[in-house]
Amino acid sequence: MNRRPPEPVQVIKQRRDAALERLAGNVPFIAYLGVQFERMGDELTARLPFDDKLIGNPFLPALHGGATGAFLEITAIVELAWSVVWQMMEGGGEAAEEIEAGAFPPMPRTIDFTVDYLRSGLPRDAYARATVNRSGRRYASVHVEAWQDNRARLFAQATGHFMMPR
Amino acid sequence: MADDDQDLADRTAALAQAFINAIPHSRELGMRLVEIGRGTAEMMVPYDDRFIGDPTTGVMHGGVMTALLDSCSGAAVMSHPEAPAGTATIDLRIDYMRPAEPGAEVHARAECYRVTRNVAFVRAIAFTHDADDPVATSAGAFTVERGRSGGEA
Repeated sequence: MNRRPPEPVQVIKQRRDAALERLAGNVPFIAYLGVQFERMGDELTARLPFDDKLIGNPFLPALHGGATGAFLEITAIVELAWSVVWQMMEGGGEAAEEIEAGAFPPMPRTIDFTVDYLRSGLPRDAYARATVNRSGRRYASVHVEAWQDNRARLFAQATGHFMMPR
Repeated sequence: MADDDQDLADRTAALAQAFINAIPHSRELGMRLVEIGRGTAEMMVPYDDRFIGDPTTGVMHGGVMTALLDSCSGAAVMSHPEAPAGTATIDLRIDYMRPAEPGAEVHARAECYRVTRNVAFVRAIAFTHDADDPVATSAGAFTVERGRSGGEA
């Protein structure tokens, strides 16, 4: 039996990081808010570094509900798009070649998004992770959780439905 | 009498705009208050390249609608005759009907239709040119913070 030698880890890493960068790095609003994504294998963690422009209540002070909601929606969409790209990229064949060539599927479109504000957002970095609970041919359902200092104490969570690009 | 009403409305609007300007995130997004009533509010956000969510189409990110609808809904709560001393979003659901045209400013109109002892209920729409062809609609629940008697608001 002739087995191909495994790809060097750096090559794999570079390909995955480039795919993620292409997904999240070209969106002006993601850059405007300052959201960054950290990747461990296929798992993404979004980070929203604190900035004065994110404040909604200067007296407390607390993050703006809109900034928190936007952070969650960004995390949900990128996670969903990423899960599609990951499958294409790792599945090999034609789909993987498309990704390699930079031909990404269009972004999913939000149908609805519901944010639960659990406690006020503190003036410091926030983190979020999303889970794709269902991903069909047309519709997807995504849940996302956000926290600050303590992973177990969420300050916001959200559920959204998305239309998958065709 | 009508002049007094107008006077009051002008002062309320000026106060409300000052209030928005005091909110860093709303100010940063360029939000403006168009109108404030008794439990109603209209706000707008101009189109801005920095807020694009899909570079291939130039459509603004849904997060901008979230910020606009959240702010406008909060303003409607604060302008209600049974105005609370403060308010915070408990939950906000947004339904997206269609993408906003690139280049167009987005308006939001919110109505606080019910205030109970602890909760204010608000519905809102976001639209570009025609309020009957909304970009998004939202339903939210907000806290009603009563100023402690004798204490600060």
